[in-house]
Order: sequence, then structure tokens, then C-alpha cells
Amino acid sequence: MKKAIIALEDGTCFEGRAFAGSGEFYGELVFNTSMTGYQEILTDPSYHGQIVTMTYPLIGNYGINDEDVESRGIFAQGLVVSECSRMYSNWRATKSLPEYLEENGKIGIDDVDTRAITLHIRDKGAMKCVVSTEDLDKESLIAKAKASEGLIGRDLASEVSIDSAYVWPEGGKADALYKVAVIDCGIKLNQLRILENLGCECTVYPNTSDAADILAANHDGIFVSNGPGDPAGAPETTALVGKLIESKVPMFGICFGHQMLGRALGADTFKLKFGHRGGNQPIQDLRTTKVEIASHNHGFCIDADTVNPEVAEVTHLNLNDNTVAGLKHKKQPLFCVQYHPEAAPGPHDPFYLFEEFIDLMKENK
Amino acid sequence: MPKRKDIHHILIIGSGPIVIGQACEFDYSGTQACKALREEGYTISLINSNPATIMTDPATADRTYIEPITPEAVEKIIIKEKPDAILPTLGGQTALNTAMKLVEQGILEKYGVEMIGAKYDAIMRGEERDLFKQAMAEINIETLRSYECHSLEDAKRIASEELDFPIIVRPSFTLGGTGGGIAQNMGQLMEIAEGGLKASLTTEVLLEESVFGWKEFEMEVMRDKKDNAVIICAIENMDPMGIHTGDSITVAPAQTLTDREYQIMRDASLAVLRIVGVETGGSNVQFCIHPETGRLAVIEMNPRVSRSSALASKATGFPIAKLAAKLAVGYTLDELPNDITKETPACFEPSIDYVVTKLPRFTFEKFPSANPTLGVSMKSVGETMAIGRNFKESLQKAFRSLEIGVDGLDLKAEAKLIGELDNYLLTTCTERTIAIKVALKKGYTLEKVQEMTHLDPWFIDQILQIVEIEKQLIDAAELDYDLLKYAKKNGFSDEQIAALRGCKGNDIRALRKELGIIPVFSLVDTCAGEFEASTPYFYSCYGDLDETRKTDKQSVIVLGSGPNRIGQGIEFDYSCVHTVKALREMGYEAIMVNSNPETVSTDYDTSDKLYFEPLTFEDVMNIYEAEKPLGMIVQMGGQTPLNLADRLLEAGVPILGTSPKSIAAAEDRELFRQLLDKLELKQPESATAVTLEEAEVIAEKIGFPVMIRPSFVLGGRAMMVAYEEEELEPFVNAAFAASPDHPVLIDRFLEHAIEVDVDLVCDGTDVYVGGVMEHVEEAGIHSGDSACSIPPYTLSDEMVARIKDACTAMAMEIGVKGLMNAQIAVKEDEFYIIEVNPRASRTVPYVSKATNVPMANLATQIAMGKTLKELGMVGFEPKIEWFAVKEAVFPFNRFAGVDPILGPEMKSTGEVMGIDKNFELAFWKAEVAAGQVLPTEGAVFLSAKDRDKDWIVAVGKEFVELGFSLVATEGTAQALHNAGLEVTLTHKLSEDGKNVIDLMKENGVQLLVNTPSGPVARVDEIKIRSEAILRGLPIVTTRSGAEASVKAIKYISKNDWNVKSIQEYHA
Repeated sequence: MKKAIIALEDGTCFEGRAFAGSGEFYGELVFNTSMTGYQEILTDPSYHGQIVTMTYPLIGNYGINDEDVESRGIFAQGLVVSECSRMYSNWRATKSLPEYLEENGKIGIDDVDTRAITLHIRDKGAMKCVVSTEDLDKESLIAKAKASEGLIGRDLASEVSIDSAYVWPEGGKADALYKVAVIDCGIKLNQLRILENLGCECTVYPNTSDAADILAANHDGIFVSNGPGDPAGAPETTALVGKLIESKVPMFGICFGHQMLGRALGADTFKLKFGHRGGNQPIQDLRTTKVEIASHNHGFCIDADTVNPEVAEVTHLNLNDNTVAGLKHKKQPLFCVQYHPEAAPGPHDPFYLFEEFIDLMKENK
Repeated sequence: MPKRKDIHHILIIGSGPIVIGQACEFDYSGTQACKALREEGYTISLINSNPATIMTDPATADRTYIEPITPEAVEKIIIKEKPDAILPTLGGQTALNTAMKLVEQGILEKYGVEMIGAKYDAIMRGEERDLFKQAMAEINIETLRSYECHSLEDAKRIASEELDFPIIVRPSFTLGGTGGGIAQNMGQLMEIAEGGLKASLTTEVLLEESVFGWKEFEMEVMRDKKDNAVIICAIENMDPMGIHTGDSITVAPAQTLTDREYQIMRDASLAVLRIVGVETGGSNVQFCIHPETGRLAVIEMNPRVSRSSALASKATGFPIAKLAAKLAVGYTLDELPNDITKETPACFEPSIDYVVTKLPRFTFEKFPSANPTLGVSMKSVGETMAIGRNFKESLQKAFRSLEIGVDGLDLKAEAKLIGELDNYLLTTCTERTIAIKVALKKGYTLEKVQEMTHLDPWFIDQILQIVEIEKQLIDAAELDYDLLKYAKKNGFSDEQIAALRGCKGNDIRALRKELGIIPVFSLVDTCAGEFEASTPYFYSCYGDLDETRKTDKQSVIVLGSGPNRIGQGIEFDYSCVHTVKALREMGYEAIMVNSNPETVSTDYDTSDKLYFEPLTFEDVMNIYEAEKPLGMIVQMGGQTPLNLADRLLEAGVPILGTSPKSIAAAEDRELFRQLLDKLELKQPESATAVTLEEAEVIAEKIGFPVMIRPSFVLGGRAMMVAYEEEELEPFVNAAFAASPDHPVLIDRFLEHAIEVDVDLVCDGTDVYVGGVMEHVEEAGIHSGDSACSIPPYTLSDEMVARIKDACTAMAMEIGVKGLMNAQIAVKEDEFYIIEVNPRASRTVPYVSKATNVPMANLATQIAMGKTLKELGMVGFEPKIEWFAVKEAVFPFNRFAGVDPILGPEMKSTGEVMGIDKNFELAFWKAEVAAGQVLPTEGAVFLSAKDRDKDWIVAVGKEFVELGFSLVATEGTAQALHNAGLEVTLTHKLSEDGKNVIDLMKENGVQLLVNTPSGPVARVDEIKIRSEAILRGLPIVTTRSGAEASVKAIKYISKNDWNVKSIQEYHA
């Protein structure tokens, strides 16, 4: 196996070896604390432009299967683990993690102290990095990491969204109770699967679509998906969402979608030091004070102080750091959450939010 | 919701003595609960019969009742203390069962006491199989196809009509699956079901479809009043279904499930908790998954804190019991902080960034006739846990933590296989993991091994990797940096590598240090590094980042006692915890090292720093070098740390307290003999032999009976009394086998002598004798298995004074700086020194509680340089106006067919204490607490060998005077008849007609006095005694035991009894 170096923009390097792929890969180095779900994480388009370190040291144990995919391929630039299992064991598995990374042209690094990386990021923040099996000169790599583009201000959602609209499920849903417009900012398929199971036929639109076109189709509800990158770097999407809000059609947003709705309603977003990525975060529903354990994957967050209390109220709070985790429009049927009720990976506790969206559409039909 | 203000006083029920299936974990959970609730301002009353616990320390609760855990005793406490609530979910099955009886008998209602933690209905739904299945059906969670039976006829019908063999038999309401098993055919089914029906408190067993070989998982779940529910830990059993989870190798977190499958199990766990109705606290839900289809079924749930929750707490850093106690009084998870991060709330799910492996510890060598095959009934007596960055490291660390003479999954482990390899692979035996390694080494394919063992291939491949690294280590021309580091990362110990390379462990250690391969210490922080941890709880690994925290304080390392085993258990953990407390009180930084997840010592709250590590020279030295403490305390953790003392000293580690040289002097028979001669003290005539011939000459010279003792063994391993010449050979050979290459000590056996234990503290100048304990059983019965009394109940004051003087002189002469224990035999007007151990003994907690003097604390202060004079202990004499009787508790009910007799080899797993104003009552309480409920009426079966006929007649007379009727077999009946006593004759088992086993079946016998006919008991006798044990009938097998029992029965049949807290005694 090839030696590999992870070089960070702050000059820190970690040495490991490539268990899959080779070459040079750029991205923001982040960590995820989920102990399961590497397949879903790799295929989550929100990881576009990032290199993911798994804090759980043994990855690849259960291989890769045909079902647990969240998009058309792997979006993370690379995966960093402590030990990639050389064999996999699970009744659904069809291939190994290294094979999967190779097929998708990505890189996998192991034999590194992932706890050391995690603590570094925790203390210094998520930062730009380069992973290379070709250039093993640390100084050169650090310079490359520094010079790399990074996430700030970039419109990554448009890089991962689709070119043209399509209908989910394929061929439409004959017995659909609701027609939902879905704005794809880098959607995870499980959002669509759940909507389908709850009786929705979805039309999935690129995030560059024209609001009028979408509204013309008379949907019962509009859903804004998750996606990668800096919400401040996607003003066009924010503008599109703003126009959709004006329609007063019931709306629901997740993650990047939540940030788009928040920004469209006048709130600001900021970059978290190292983000929230994992499946164990406590979210309090302020309406019931009950806590749900939720899947997270975000590096940016809505600034609570900038939420206009006339327009929206904070409905959910992340109890770890008291950041905004959910918003609700004061007058319109519109709400959104920063975290991932579609799970995949992660707990199903916040599933009720999809049902609330269905209820909203029902009430407003 | 803040804490409840309508309750002020809470009664907590403990779990009683250490038995298989219920060990130190409930001392840990109970102690946490007491601490947590007192912190909140509640008054805590506590009942627990186990004196060896931290929980029963007078400082842990406001009122501590060391009383038998029975509904009667609890009622008396309720009347006296008037608690508002009772908390039964932290004391294991014992507490839960007792609380259920209190509800059923209307006692709680009568006195207006509320049950908190779990409600009666919820416990019923969780524990009663039928209700549980109904509940599962309501939420569409599959359970195993099963049928409950209340009789053997039921069982037969169901087995013929409804289920296919193999069939699993599970009794309801028992400890750790007592009486259960897998039946392959009708004959086995009848046998297992009969035992199960007896073991079940509700005479109920469940016959269940076999899921042998399915994957097995456990989920540790917590829920609060607001319905916030979280998973603390998912545990995967490496050993698939078929072995009790307590006897399985288990791993955290789950290794072979995708997120989708894990989340299905998570949802199911929460649904189970909700439907069962566990309102607050921790629960454990067990699942099995078909390895090829993924079909998931729930096996069972425990609506209480369990052994697994203790493991989960140590594995994640999330203190389940503490939180469970707080939730029980009304808090919700979001209101409580995460103990480790302090900044984030407790309402979250721990994420871990290491692998935890738990290995069970067995002691089948103590019960040679027991069936060592593992099944659905738990047989292990202890466990160890290890933390590593990968599974191989964690597994190998766990193996060396087991203290079974192996340094990992190494060559020494392989040497434990003596039979046919395939048999090990095909049976659920304790050596299966080792056998898998050997098979892979021999070239068995992974598929073949999987077929034979049903282990998930992922685990088999992990073992294969160990095999491959081993081969690399053997084959490499030179041990270079990369290979050595690679081996260390995968958990290979220095000793293990040395054995493969043909050198010494110290050589590898030196090479490692030269190459700069030293471990780092990482934190257990509940959150995989996402947040900063304030609690210093460490494990070692060969990563890049060291997280140890140096402080300005002077520190001391305390070495713990490792996994529980017979002879070394909770008593030593008690002493270690006290040592840590004493060090902290004195202003030192106390660093605890231990590998036993059940204990209070491995609660990160106990010490300033906790290192969860194997207790080996290598692992301990790594900590020493990282922490640079003042020194180490090795005299508290039993034999485990003592075995390391010499090497540690050699490596330059200051040993605080009694020097290892003094310890060795007391252990060296010759040096010790010289010492006694100098002090003009007697010891039984003795000599050592290195061959059988020598032994024969010595025995001849000393004269029979003789005691045969191997050297360097624990708990009287292979110790025997030979009464006649022909017994000598087998016993001497057994002793050589137990301790190869060491001489065997043969000494005169003092028949019918009274044995005395003494615990003292010495500072080199003065001695404080903490306790003189008179044994109830005569000398020759292992001191750990004998009941004993503080103060002595028959010895004269003069004899006690002479013994104290002798012990004082010995302590001074040996140069003890800390604790010392002496064993002495008193025969007529003479006393003989049998053994002296200058270290903490098993009886330290009992003495401390009986006398209200914290012996371990004093010893620690002395080890740190204080004097008894400074501590005010010179001339101090505790005023003991009561009797405290300690009684041993045995695991015979787990090992069907094992003769439950006592001898020089220790067999007990735990102990209880009875305390009251006189010996009779204290003894009676101790017996009840030990599960030996002495009757006050009915029939007594008497059976004794000829030599015992005199005293058995005397005992028989007393029983008749007390209104008992007598039953006996021929010889004994004749003796009783000759003495003019009315006696009913029973037939021998081999004869036709009613025998004593028939009588037991129809409740025709209430008590058995049955002494062994000789060192090798007859089959009949064993059958009778085993039957009594399985039926839970009281049985006495010694003369002194019988005499004490008669005294107790006489007293209790005429007098009432009451309860009194330790604080009242000590006031």
C-alpha cells in the first residue's frame, strides 16, 4: 500500500497509507463521530469538497451494499480512518469499502491516529487540506493546502445539484396524496424515499430553476434539500427560495435547505469552528422540551441573534452548544431544521418532522 | 422537571453476596446511586448483607443495614426508618425480586412507601415472559417462538407437539439464567426443565426455539419521565447465541452491523422500553439477528441496571447507575450534565473511538466434576475489560488482563488446549477463541472455522490477523521499528513477542524503548474527541497523541486486583478504594490501575486518575513512566499486584508500605520457621517435599492426618487433608500439578482445632490489632469458606490476648508497614501459627465494618509515613458490644453434581454478614442472608460417618428437644436409636423404598446435617447433598456448623429479631 500524507493549511501533517485510490485530493478536513454509516456518509453530497475522518477506528467491517446509497456516487473527496477492515461481513454486502472508493475514483487513507486528527480539528477548527500519495514532500503539500480554494463563499450546491428536473419515484406515483416540489441542493435520497413512503410524488428541481416554473406546477408543498458548502456562497439559491416563500405554499427545509430558508427570511449564517457531524447530537424541541437524538452534518449555522422575531421563531436547539437547530415561520406554513430527520445514517427520532410537513400540506390543501 | 420535593427519604436495596451472575457491578451501581441521591439532599437508608462492599461503608448511606435481604427485614427497616420511597432497580435481580414480594405482600402499600425507578407492572412486563411476548406483539417486534410450562407434563407435550429439538429451557425469575439449558432430546429436556422449574421463583420455565449461532447484541438504554430515551452502548457478542452473555466474549460498539440495521435495533430497543413501561432509569435489551437473513428478534430485557450496564458505563464513560438514580427522583436527562465533558448535557448518545472487549473469567479448576461446557446458564465468576484502538489490541489486552497465565492470545494460551482441537471448536467451551487461533495456524480455512463455531467471519479474520502477525514476528530476521510497532499496535505484549523471538520480555522492552516505541494514553471521553473531557480516564495504545495530564501534586499509583475469581474478589477492591480515598484525603493524587469493569475502583469518580489497563509488569510500567509517581501501593489488591512487586522493585519502582522483601520472608517457609523459632511460637510440625517419596517420608514422620499445600497458589488451590496413607499419593500429585516446579508443604493437620484469623496494622513501631475472628468451621476448612465471628464466641479472653501478643510480635519482626493477616489454629490450650500474609486480606472489609475502624485507610496512611501514634491508634481498643458473623456463599447451585462440601480449597464466591447482640442471632442472620434459612420446625435428616456419631447424637438430641423429628439412614439411625431417640429410617438410594431424595421432593425434610464419609465422598452422598442445594434446602456439612445451627435455631424459635443500622451500632 502506498504511503500517503495529509497536509493541513496550518502546517500540520499526518502520515498514513492509501488503502484505496491514489493521487492528490483537496478538501476541507472534517471529522464524523458516527460509529456506523460510512457508506451513507460517503454518498452524502453534502460532503462535496470535504475529506472525512471517521472517529470510530474500525471502518469497512460490514462492506458496501446496494441499498444504503444516498446519491449517485461518492461525494466526499476522501476518507480517513484508523484501520480499514481487510474483509467485510454482512448478509447484504456486495463489495468492499476499498473497492467502492476505487470505483468512484476517491482516496481512502488508513493507519493514521484519527483521534489525533480529531482533537487537532476540534482545537484548531476544520481546515483546508490536501491528501497525496504522489507528492510526499510536506512543505510542498502544506503550501498546496494553503493555496487551495477552500469552501468559504463558494457555491458548492450548484456543483452537485442536477441539470434538469425529474420525478420521484420514477414514472410518478399513481396514488400520490401530495405533489411536492423538491429543490435539490445536493439531496440525500432518503429524503425522497421518506416523502414517497408518506404518499408524495416529488418533482426534483435543480437549485438553479426558475421559481415561476416551479410554482406553475401547483405543488402541495415545497421541500428544500440538504447540500454542501457555505450558504452565503449561494445567493441565487437563496433568491429562488425567497421567491418560493412568497407563494405561501407549505415549505420544509433540511440542513442547507434550512440555511437557505433562514437566509431568505433575513437571518445570517456563520461558520462553526469544526461543525457538527455525527449521529448522537441532542436536539431539544422547544415546543415540547423533549429531546431527540439526531444525525448531523453541517459546518455552518444560522445566527440566532439575526432571526427576526417578527418573522420566525426558533423551534429547536442543539443542546451541545445551544445553536439554532430549527425554525418556524410565524405566519406561514414553513419550517426547517438544521439536522437530518431522514437519518441515513443516524437515529430516526426526528422522523416526525416529515409527518408534520405532510400535516401542513394537508391543512393547506 | 426538577427533582421531586415530595420525597425525602429513600430506601435502596442492594444485591447481597457476590454470586455467579451478580457481582461487584451492583456495588458499583449501588454506591453511585447512594452518592448521587445524597448529593441531591435525600436521606438514604440501605439494606445489603454484603460487608465487602463500598456500598455498606458507613459513609456511603445515612443508615446502613447489613441485614439479610428478605421482605421481612425490609419491612422492619420500613417500620423503623419510614422512608417515602424504595429504589429497587440498582441491586440486581435480588433487589428487584425482593421489591416485587414487598408489593405482592402489600407491605409497601401498608406503610405508604412508593416504589421508584420502575413500577410493579413494568417489572412484570419486562420479566414475565408471557406478558413480555404480548407486549412485543403489540409493537410488532418479533420474539422467539416459545411456550411457558409450569410442569414437566406441559414441557413434554410442547416438545412433542410444538417445537423441534434443540429446545432452549429458560426459567423465569432467576439469577443469570440458573437452571436453564439447551436440550437436544426429550431426556435432556426433562432433566433441565426439572431443574429450571425448581430454580424459578414462579415455578415456570420457557421452552423456546433454538437460535443457536445467531448473532447476539445488547443495547443499554436510558429513559426519563419526559420520555427522552437514549442508547448508551451497543454490545456485540463475539460468541454467538448459545452462550450466556455473561460467559460470552463481548465487544463494544457493535462491529458487524450497518447503520440501517443498527437503527432498526435502536428503534426496537426504544419501543421495548416504552411498551414495557420503564419510566425512568437504565434497561438492557437483548437481540439476536439471523446471520444470513438479518431477521431480528428480541430475546429479553432487564428493567433495571445490570452487569452489562456496568460494562457499558466503563466502556463509554457514561455513568448509567448515577443517572438512573437521578432520573428516579424526577430529573430528566436534558437537565443533567454529561459527567465527563461537564459542558454538554447527559441527554445524548456516547460515541466511542476505541474498541472494548470483555472476557469472562472462569474457575472450573475449583469444581473438577462440574460440566465446563458453556450454555444459557452463567458459569463465570468474574470478568475483565480492555480498551484498544483496534479489536486485536483490545482482545489481546483482555487476554492478558484475565490473569490466567497468558500474555495475550499467545503460545501459553495455546498450551491450554490438551484435547482434540475439533472438539474445542465444536463445543461452546471456554477455550474456543484459543482453539480458533490454533485451527487457523494449522491451516483451517476461515469458512471451515466459521462453520464449526458460528462466529461472524469478521471476528475470525481478526484472529487470523493475529496469527499472521505472530508468524511475521517469528520469521523476521530482525525485529525492526516497523514490525515491532505494528505488533504493538495490534496488542502484542513484550512477553508474547519475546516468547516468539526466543528472548526475555525485558529484552523486548529495552529494544522498544531504544526504538522509541512507547504507548500513548488516550482519554475515554464519551464523545470520540468532539468535546474536551474534564475527567482523566485513560487507556493505552500505540497512537501518536498522548493525553496524559501532569499536575504539580505528588501522586501514588494503587494497583487493583483484576478480574473477580474465587479467592480474590470484591474484598480487595474494597481495600483499594479505601486506599485511594485515604491518599486523596492526605492530599496526594491517587492513580488507580485496574482491569475489572464491575468494580467501584474503576469508577472514574473514585480516583484522581483512572487507568483501565491490564495488571502486568509491562502495562503498569508504562503508566509508571508516564506518571512518575512517588511510588506504588501493592498490598491492597490481593495476589495480583504482589506477583508484580519483585519485578517492579527491580525496575526501580518504589513500593510503598511493607517491602516486597518482607512479604517474601513471610511466604518463604524456611525463613518463616526461623522467625517463629526466634519468637518462640509454635507452628504445626511441617516439612517441604519436592518428590512423592520425600512426601511419604515426611508424612510418616509427622503422622496422619496431614495437610498438603502447594506453594504460590490462590485460595487454597489443591490443598487437601490426607487422613490415611493411601490418600497421600493422589493428593501430593495434585499439589505438584497445581504448582509445578515448586515444593509441596506437608504439615500436621490439627483435627478439631479452632481456627482464628487476625487482621492488624503495623507501622514498624506499634501494632493495632483490628480483629480477632473465631471461625465456626474447624481448622482444615479454608478460611474464606468458613463462617467466623467477631468477637470470638468460645475462646477465652486469655487465649485472645496471647494470640494478639503473638501477632504483634510477628508483625514487628517481619517489618510490616501496613496490613497483616495471620491464621492460627487453637487446640486445647495451645495455639499454632498456620500462615501469615503481610498484605490486605479478604477479611479487611468485614473487620472494618464489625469494629468501625477503617483498616485499609490506616494502612495507607502508614504506608505514606504516618504512625499509629499520630493516628491515635496506640492503645486504642474498639468497644464491641455485639457479634458480627461472616458467612460464605457458594456457587454449588450453578454446578449440578458437584459435591457441596467444604475443605482446604476455597470454593465460595462471596460473603454476607449478620450482626446482632448475641452470637446466635448474628449467626442466624448470616445464615439467612447466605440463603440458608434455618427451619424452626419439621424434620431433620442426619447422616454422619462413624467417627462423627458421638456428636451427631448430641445434635440429634437437641433437635428433638426443639420439637424436630429425626430422619436418618441405617448407621446413623442406629446410633440415634441407641441413644433413645425416636428416628424414622430412610432407605439408601440404591435400595427400594422411600429414600431421602424422595422425602425432599415431598417436603418431608426441612434441614440436612450430612457430613462427608471421607475425602472421597460416595456417589450417594453427593447426590443427596446436590439435591438439597438445588432445592434450596438448608444443609450443614460440618460438626461445628451443625452445633452453631442448633444454637441459632434454639434462640430464634423462642425470640424475635430486629434490625439495627451500622451507624447505630457504631454510635
